Amino acid sequence: MTALPPLRRARWLRLAGILLVGASLPAQQPRSADPAGRAAPALPDSVVEARTTALAGSLRCPVCQGLSIQDSPSELAQQMRALIKSQVAEGKSDAEVRGYFLSKYGEFILLEPRARGFNLLAYLLPAAILALGGVIVALNVRRWTRPSGGAGAQTGGSSPGA
Amino acid sequence: MNWKRSAVAAAVAAPFIVLLAWGLTKDPREIPSPLPGRQAPEFALEVFIPGEGAHARNVGDTVSLAALRGKVVVLNFWASWCLECVTEHQDLSLAARQLAGKPVQFVGVLYNDVKDAGRQWVAQRGGEAYPALDDPGARAAIDYGLYGVPETFVIDPSGKIAYKHTGPIWAGLLTAKVDSILAAATPAASGPKGE
Amino acid sequence: MTRLIALDALWFALAVSAVGGIVAPIAIARGRREWVAIARAAVYSNFALVTVAIAAMIFALVTHDFSISYVAQVGSRATPVFFTIISVWGALEGSILFWAWVLALYSALVVYANRNRPGNLVPYASAVLLVIALFFHVLLTGPANPFHLVSPAPPDGPGPNPLLQNHILMAVHPPLLYLGYVGMSVPFAFAVAALITGAKQDEEWIRLTRRWTLLAWGFLSAAIVAGMWWSYEVLGWGGYWAWDPVENASFIPWLTATAYLHSVMVQERRGMLKLWNVNLMVVTFVLTILGTFLTRSGIISSVHAFTQGPIGYYFLGFIALVLIGSAVLVAGSSDKLHTEGRLDAPLSRETVFLLNNLLLTAFMFTVLIGTLFPLVAEAFRGVKVSVGEPFFNRMTLPLVVALLFLMGVGPALPWRRGDWPALRRKMIPGAAVGVLLSALAAAAGARSAYGILAFALAGFAATLNIAEFVTGVRARRTAHGETVPVALARLVAGNRRRYGGYVAHMGIFVAAIGVAASSTLRSEREATLKPGEVLTLGSVNARLNDVWAREEPQRAVIGATVELLRDGQPYATMSPRMNIYPMSQQPVPTPDVRSTPVGDVYMNLMSFAQDGSTATIKIISEPLVPWIWTGGGIICLGALIAGWPARRLG
Repeated sequence: MTALPPLRRARWLRLAGILLVGASLPAQQPRSADPAGRAAPALPDSVVEARTTALAGSLRCPVCQGLSIQDSPSELAQQMRALIKSQVAEGKSDAEVRGYFLSKYGEFILLEPRARGFNLLAYLLPAAILALGGVIVALNVRRWTRPSGGAGAQTGGSSPGA
Repeated sequence: MNWKRSAVAAAVAAPFIVLLAWGLTKDPREIPSPLPGRQAPEFALEVFIPGEGAHARNVGDTVSLAALRGKVVVLNFWASWCLECVTEHQDLSLAARQLAGKPVQFVGVLYNDVKDAGRQWVAQRGGEAYPALDDPGARAAIDYGLYGVPETFVIDPSGKIAYKHTGPIWAGLLTAKVDSILAAATPAASGPKGE
Repeated sequence: MTRLIALDALWFALAVSAVGGIVAPIAIARGRREWVAIARAAVYSNFALVTVAIAAMIFALVTHDFSISYVAQVGSRATPVFFTIISVWGALEGSILFWAWVLALYSALVVYANRNRPGNLVPYASAVLLVIALFFHVLLTGPANPFHLVSPAPPDGPGPNPLLQNHILMAVHPPLLYLGYVGMSVPFAFAVAALITGAKQDEEWIRLTRRWTLLAWGFLSAAIVAGMWWSYEVLGWGGYWAWDPVENASFIPWLTATAYLHSVMVQERRGMLKLWNVNLMVVTFVLTILGTFLTRSGIISSVHAFTQGPIGYYFLGFIALVLIGSAVLVAGSSDKLHTEGRLDAPLSRETVFLLNNLLLTAFMFTVLIGTLFPLVAEAFRGVKVSVGEPFFNRMTLPLVVALLFLMGVGPALPWRRGDWPALRRKMIPGAAVGVLLSALAAAAGARSAYGILAFALAGFAATLNIAEFVTGVRARRTAHGETVPVALARLVAGNRRRYGGYVAHMGIFVAAIGVAASSTLRSEREATLKPGEVLTLGSVNARLNDVWAREEPQRAVIGATVELLRDGQPYATMSPRMNIYPMSQQPVPTPDVRSTPVGDVYMNLMSFAQDGSTATIKIISEPLVPWIWTGGGIICLGALIAGWPARRLG
């Protein structure tokens, strides 16, 4: 066992101190406080792990830029992952876990906007562009391959996309 | 040139520019919290720095929000590695001392830090007027939807979050918030306004 | 002194760009031919002047002249000289200066290369380039002036952003990105010049800019891959692409530029899609400026967004000018550019290119909409939403899969008229390889449908592309009796553009397999170890030896020494670290990566006990990740083959 050589500046030591908390964290999360008190049967570890990974992948790490809690190496993300894991182990549904974070952080925490109301625009607009472009391409290909030549073309159709 | 078509194309492009111009007036780092107006999440955390005077608590005691009903609670999340916490440190202690005679409890919650580093940080700054609590696993921080430090929550006597402040807070703002909550709560204590 | 020379150079460059970009074209339009030479001289002098300014900046950085604001902002005596030099583009003002210099360089080169070409196309194009330069000079003499006087000069500075001095790839990625981004100005300038001078030149601009577009596209591709590599090596999460706005900003113009490289062939062969191609080029350029705007203005928070400031409004003004100006010009000329298309058969390479353009355009819109949607949602709903990886994966993976399919079918189909039986014959071996690859992937543990599909289609398409080489080489061997290497070299040399394109395709397939494997077959494990303890992940056994700390001039480093064991014997040592820079709040994780052709062991030091008694280590197994970087290299090779000037290889 080696002790760390002392660093020159106390500030760096303190900075390094932040990392310390994380060391004791992931391994020692308290399990569900009273498993016997709950009706839900204990989930197998692999199920808990898989659901935790999926949930953590759908939530945004609040202290990072655009990374999910699953991907982020930051300390808060690790703690959130531990929290998700314990909530899943307690028998909470995916919707309940997501709802918990939603109620604390607002919609910003969801890495994918909920597909309802105005947000549908983000899903439907690209699809609509693809569909419209597809129709334009199909119509043009049909017209351009018509044996009688280009007669009867009324619209400016030299664009295949939008 | 077909000017009619040009005008149509320009009109199609214009809203895009307007959207971007609007976006420039916004700060992307400012994220509204859903918490103000809601019941504050409960917490019960251990004291590791006692604080002074009216706000003081014994080291090792547990401070729980439930036990603080009837008081305004000022809850400040901080860390020794947080640069902005330095700027607000004096102001928080100042406000705590100014409000000491009133039903107000200040508490600091250490966020993702080691207690020793926190103690050292406070000692270097000549102490703090209110107790500091430890939050292992950042459970309380996550419960309060923390994006970073410092963040400060003002909780009214009924346990609702009245105000959330992101970034360093200053004494004037804090005392004004607490006083206005106390002013609103005093008549409510004699005759409830009903809900 | 340095300051005044640089500032004078920038003010002169501003004046020269204004003369060459605004006065010259007006004069030329009025028949004053002597202004053609003046415009050319303006391009050259602009280059000389900006070179003086950037040389002055590098000189100031290296000599630690902290009286210059930019040096005081990013310089530090402790930073190694190499990182000091590359910090030229590390922060906002310097990156604008570097941009202006790259633009000046491109402009001078393209004007010089076409110095003997008659007509108005080149003078007008150089005017457009100088107008773009003018915008950057306005920034440099105004809101993004890096040469402000700092008085009194501080004795030392904070040093560059830790993330940017933490890895060598940061020396590579930004210049490549600027070379790619700025390179798109050249075809844009000629497209606009062609619109101004009239429809009879609408073919000339394409011929003239073909290599320039390929060059810019190659640089942009390389920049994207280098950016992925950088974020993989530096950001410490073991991934390389997070659909962050800054990544999207570089990817969006790449999509339209890629569409253009294909659709332009349809125009050259069949005289169709003239308007569409002009559109694509204009849109690509607008998207490069938009990308810069998004990452420089702080409008959307992102990995390394620069700080907010008035510069956003300048950029917005410029985008408005370019977007509305081009919209007016292109839409106004659309009658002249309109051509009635003719296709011999629906089953032909032309049709595949149309579909490819459709998919790439839809892809571009999807990423653009996703990137801007948080802004839209905030404007209309008043709520901040996030649009991240799950959204982009859901929306774009179907397009990726369809594009991979087309990349196989396109080369297998001839121009004008293809026939089903021949296509089917070519597709059968490809389908077999695809099935085999996806079965292998499934056997290795891949469970995601898109992952398996990506393996299948990459295998399918790669086989069809290789088949083109095989058929060509076989034909040459039969006809000329050449050996395989000679036949291959002559085949490629004989139609560099076509086979360069197929090589670029192969690069995409290699990268696609790397992406599919690393995202579906990745596994990770994390544990807190005492020295001597072993963490096992699959076939990797990692033993923690010790935790150490070291001081370097510009930072403190805390690291763990971890040995990889096989049969109890160490065969490799890894040292994941944390670099702590004095001016930064958070330590910068510095993962250690051990690469082999079949995959990487990615190791991160997550945390450690202050007395060195334990360390938390995360190991990620990253199958086939090096294939992505290799694929990027092959893509660039393809661009190089396709764009190499004919006479040098002949």
